[in-house]
Amino acid sequence: MADNTTVKHHREPLFHIAKRDDMVWWKAWLIRIAAIVISIFAMSLVSMALTEKSLFETLEIMYRGVLGRIEEGSTVMLWKYLQQIAILLCLSLALTPAFKMKFWNCGAEGQALVGGLGALIVMIELGPKLPYGVLMVVVVAVSILAGAIWGLLPAIFKAFFNTNETLFTLMMNYIATQIIAYYVYIKGGGSNVISPVAYGNFPKVGDNKYLVNIIIVAVLTVAMYIYLKYSKQGYEISVVGESQNTARYIGINVKKVIIRTMCISGALCGVAGLLLVAGTDHTIRTDTVGGQGFTAIMMSWLGQFNPFIMVFMTALIIFLKLGAGKVADTCRLNSSFSDIFIGVVILCVVGCEFFIRYTIKFRHHKKEGKA
Amino acid sequence: MTNQPAIELKNITKRFGAKVIANKNVCLTANHGEILSILGENGSGKTTLMNMISGIYFPDEGQIFVNGEEVVITSPKDAFSYKIGMIHQHFKLVDVFTAAENIVLGIDDGKYDLKSSTKQIKEISEQYGFELDPDKKIYTMSVSEKQTVEIIKVLYRGADILILDEPTAVLTPQETEKLFAILRRMRDDGKCIIIITHKLHEVMSLSDRVSVLRKGEYVGTVETKNTTESELTEMMVGKKISLNIDRSDVKNTEDRLVVKNLNCFNREGAQVLHDVSFTARSGEILGIAGIAGSGQRELLESIAGLQHLAGGEIIYYNPKTGSVDNLRDKSPVQIRDLGVRLSFVPEDRLGMGLVGNMDIVDNMMLRSYRKGKSFFVKRKGPKDLATKIINDLEVVTPGTNTPVRRLSGGNVQKVLVGREIAASPTVLMVAYPVRGLDINSSYMIYNLLNEQKEKGVAIIFVGEDLDVLIELCDRIMVIGSGRITGTVDARTVTKDEIGLLMTKTTDEKGDNNG
Amino acid sequence: MIVRFICRAILLGVPLLYGSTGEIITEKSGHLNLGIPGIMYMGAISGVIGSFLYEMSCGNDITRMNAFLAILIPLLCAVAGSVLMGLIYSFLTVTLRANQNVTGLAITTFGIGMGNFFGGSLIKLTESDMPSIALTKTSGFFSAKLPFASKLGWFGEIFLSHDFLTYAAIIIAVITTIVLNRTRVGLNLRSVGENPATADAAGINVTRYKYIATMIGSAVAGLGGLQYVMAYANGVWSNNAFGDRGWLAIALVIFALWKPSIAILGAFLFGALCNANNYIQGLGTETQELFKMLPYVVTIIVLVFTSMRKKREHQPPESLGLTYFREER
Repeated sequence: MADNTTVKHHREPLFHIAKRDDMVWWKAWLIRIAAIVISIFAMSLVSMALTEKSLFETLEIMYRGVLGRIEEGSTVMLWKYLQQIAILLCLSLALTPAFKMKFWNCGAEGQALVGGLGALIVMIELGPKLPYGVLMVVVVAVSILAGAIWGLLPAIFKAFFNTNETLFTLMMNYIATQIIAYYVYIKGGGSNVISPVAYGNFPKVGDNKYLVNIIIVAVLTVAMYIYLKYSKQGYEISVVGESQNTARYIGINVKKVIIRTMCISGALCGVAGLLLVAGTDHTIRTDTVGGQGFTAIMMSWLGQFNPFIMVFMTALIIFLKLGAGKVADTCRLNSSFSDIFIGVVILCVVGCEFFIRYTIKFRHHKKEGKA
Repeated sequence: MTNQPAIELKNITKRFGAKVIANKNVCLTANHGEILSILGENGSGKTTLMNMISGIYFPDEGQIFVNGEEVVITSPKDAFSYKIGMIHQHFKLVDVFTAAENIVLGIDDGKYDLKSSTKQIKEISEQYGFELDPDKKIYTMSVSEKQTVEIIKVLYRGADILILDEPTAVLTPQETEKLFAILRRMRDDGKCIIIITHKLHEVMSLSDRVSVLRKGEYVGTVETKNTTESELTEMMVGKKISLNIDRSDVKNTEDRLVVKNLNCFNREGAQVLHDVSFTARSGEILGIAGIAGSGQRELLESIAGLQHLAGGEIIYYNPKTGSVDNLRDKSPVQIRDLGVRLSFVPEDRLGMGLVGNMDIVDNMMLRSYRKGKSFFVKRKGPKDLATKIINDLEVVTPGTNTPVRRLSGGNVQKVLVGREIAASPTVLMVAYPVRGLDINSSYMIYNLLNEQKEKGVAIIFVGEDLDVLIELCDRIMVIGSGRITGTVDARTVTKDEIGLLMTKTTDEKGDNNG
Repeated sequence: MIVRFICRAILLGVPLLYGSTGEIITEKSGHLNLGIPGIMYMGAISGVIGSFLYEMSCGNDITRMNAFLAILIPLLCAVAGSVLMGLIYSFLTVTLRANQNVTGLAITTFGIGMGNFFGGSLIKLTESDMPSIALTKTSGFFSAKLPFASKLGWFGEIFLSHDFLTYAAIIIAVITTIVLNRTRVGLNLRSVGENPATADAAGINVTRYKYIATMIGSAVAGLGGLQYVMAYANGVWSNNAFGDRGWLAIALVIFALWKPSIAILGAFLFGALCNANNYIQGLGTETQELFKMLPYVVTIIVLVFTSMRKKREHQPPESLGLTYFREER
């Protein structure tokens, strides 16, 4: 009785998508790792095509580009690698409490820049006048304060007027950049470069100049994990992020939490700036942070707001950045190759979440030919 | 009447995820020129089933026939092409559009001409007796106006098969009667009307036949004139249960909370509470009846310290210390610090009372996490409480670490009510506590409330089902457009009397606007 | 002076107008595309590649170049490149339901990377000493002006002296306004962005609308990148020169309250602000740097003011940034 013409009207879909129950954690991670491996493999193939080097050679160049001749006891590259992880991780950690509160702080770049600028101004102006210990305290305090203020401004407007924080923080980045440009111009005497300042630098441990940075960030990682998971403030952040109505209902002062959390977020970005200026470069440029504030947004999200997962994500991304950069360098490709590389890997990781949260069901065809 | 089958379902099965089976082998038939009720408890799969006819969901197995021909409905558009239209319980309207824009939305008949559409809408309104201004924006409309828009929307598309999902939940008894009259007129026009409901008396008064679902399975279909309410209940629940709520007498009552001349404005600057005054007494359940959105939410939130008040007083008589405190302009934390044991089960369980993505332990902690001076939270106490509530209230959950959004509606409510009662309140406010719950869970909630009443708690109960209000409460206060229009004795009042009090202010409001 | 200032402001504003018109179209479908900066880069570099190849095939000889092809090829390339990016974005956010913010940022990283990679590679190919690639011949075709514009004095210069992509930008913005407000397609699109479940129940193919809106939006934004290279920069591509205009374009969307017609004025105002530092007398280089903040500061002020007004019609599409899944329970 069901004549075929009507059935054909609306073709039965071959499959449909359904929400999946919770996947076991190791399966979910297997999918994510598979996505990372596949995307790296694919991009390596692309670079093979561009460079006429074999896959093995490409991967080896990447490895050497990141770790150097580590098996021969040369740890210079390793320390640089760890240092870069530290900076990106510090920024990612800084963004995490804000993101957990669903406050989309896109201003890590600017908050770190003003933090670094604060440190540099103290180093230049007070460096010769203060004893080292006092100077360092002032350097640290000023950079944290500067970062916190840069985070505070959008937070206040968000709390009181619900002003869109994504664009506010974004614009604050460019304002920070222009302030740096201004400062560099007046201090650099028109040459647009400030030569490295000798005062207020982080101490070397042994002969390793990055170790202090790395230790600071390692401590911050653990502290942030504990803060978010076990502190009352961390709990309040989660409640505000999940539902502002619930927060009001149980008497959390939402405005206060937003402002307090953004102070922390900005201050930690300021620390990242401090690490870059006092701990690494001893000077500042408009591109000192170099877009890592944006990469950190993706890191924090891909790390699912968990500091320890973020360690792995940042290690991976810095590996790709340095490795792909080395490939580009060796094979005379443009250095932006690493940006493409990172973009593709992140897109794959973001996309693979689909297979963790949803499942594709193929419809069992009911028996045809009823006639 | 020539009762041609309009729609037939054969062996429809629908699953959500691996474990949840929403519908299992459901077969039913609805004819032209009849009103068919789909009866079932909350969670019995009525809405899911109808969503498959209207193209929102796609069945995993089974066949659908429209006018005798097998069809595949993969989208709402397909459903329209078979002249099927559904009026959803949660209205599917775009708030910033006008009524006319919403009505023509998605129709592809070549020319886009709102003027001629508006004319057509007015014709349909006249034909069936609706009142609607096509140029009014949705966000300025009342609930019953929005429902009118929804119904006209499907009529405008020339639907012959109309599915209405719990259409009376938000209406007053009088509005309900008006709607039923319209539906009967449509039936006499030869349309097929399917109405989803769990209210027995509506089934009895409106429908020609009743199909019953239980836990996703089809139980059977009966002619309305050959059946009784108790037979239907048995089909629906699966066993004979008594539908009476035990109501104990009020004793040793004293004033606990006295509210005087409360005035409150919402964010848009409209007044939502007008001079509201009442008294809640210990050991008594005070019901609040009214059309949804008449100020019930604002009233409870005012008492809980969540609304900014323009005027009035909230006086609390502390039974322990004997002190008298004004709670006005105090935050929830300040109220708690005064020693006021105020518990509040809000209407929006997962959006306000609980955090859906947090587990049961962390949700228990919402009330208690501030305790102590430590910088860190302590999860031991909340975990014990969670275990206790799971055991005492028979919460079905894989464990204490399951996010509450994964629990079914009834279990979510048990977790919330359990937490609020665990604070041993002296005042307990509950808003729509049984909405979306199956009968067993509903009765468990009623019993919990009665227990609290006997312990001497002053209970304020905001409800929508007048039958329940009349059976459970001691006094019923009726609110309309933010005004108290009357307070009646629940033991003697009739439903129509309450209905009249509910509409009294709607008319006044109409006068004010006009 | 004033006339030149206004002309310059218009020239600077046009890429922003393209970008924000594109973003408005996308946002009306409920998708916040933070990939616009990358997409504009991609549009620009695709156009550059197209015209580079065309110039090469004509042996760099302007007499052998056909004006029509010289315009059409880069135009098509720019559209193709940016639509491809839009397709990736919509596949991830619509079909795979990925987080829109992260996807957008990754698209931006990817797009800027692509722009600089191909730009850098082309520069290397030309073996010139400059870190840039000049397509002045193609640019000549693009910035052809109305012949009588110069005869009409200041009026001609302000209103008639621009390249055709400038007029196209305004026309596109106007058409977008009309389509959004006066047509069925516009009504459907707006409903998808406001309330996809409602649109779906009304029989609108939500997925298709989201895809198409995102891809058209990307194409429009990509033209902005092309206009920047061909008209503003006289056909000179150098890496990172496009800068942060993409972000300003996104900010402009909020400024314009999601209305392309307001975006026209907004874009030219932004253009004027970006440019003010060059036209205020007696500024030292250092103060000029400070003046470059102006557009960002103004954006923030506008943001704050729009957030203080709370009219329903001036709010972003209600489900902006949310993923839609029909069988969500």
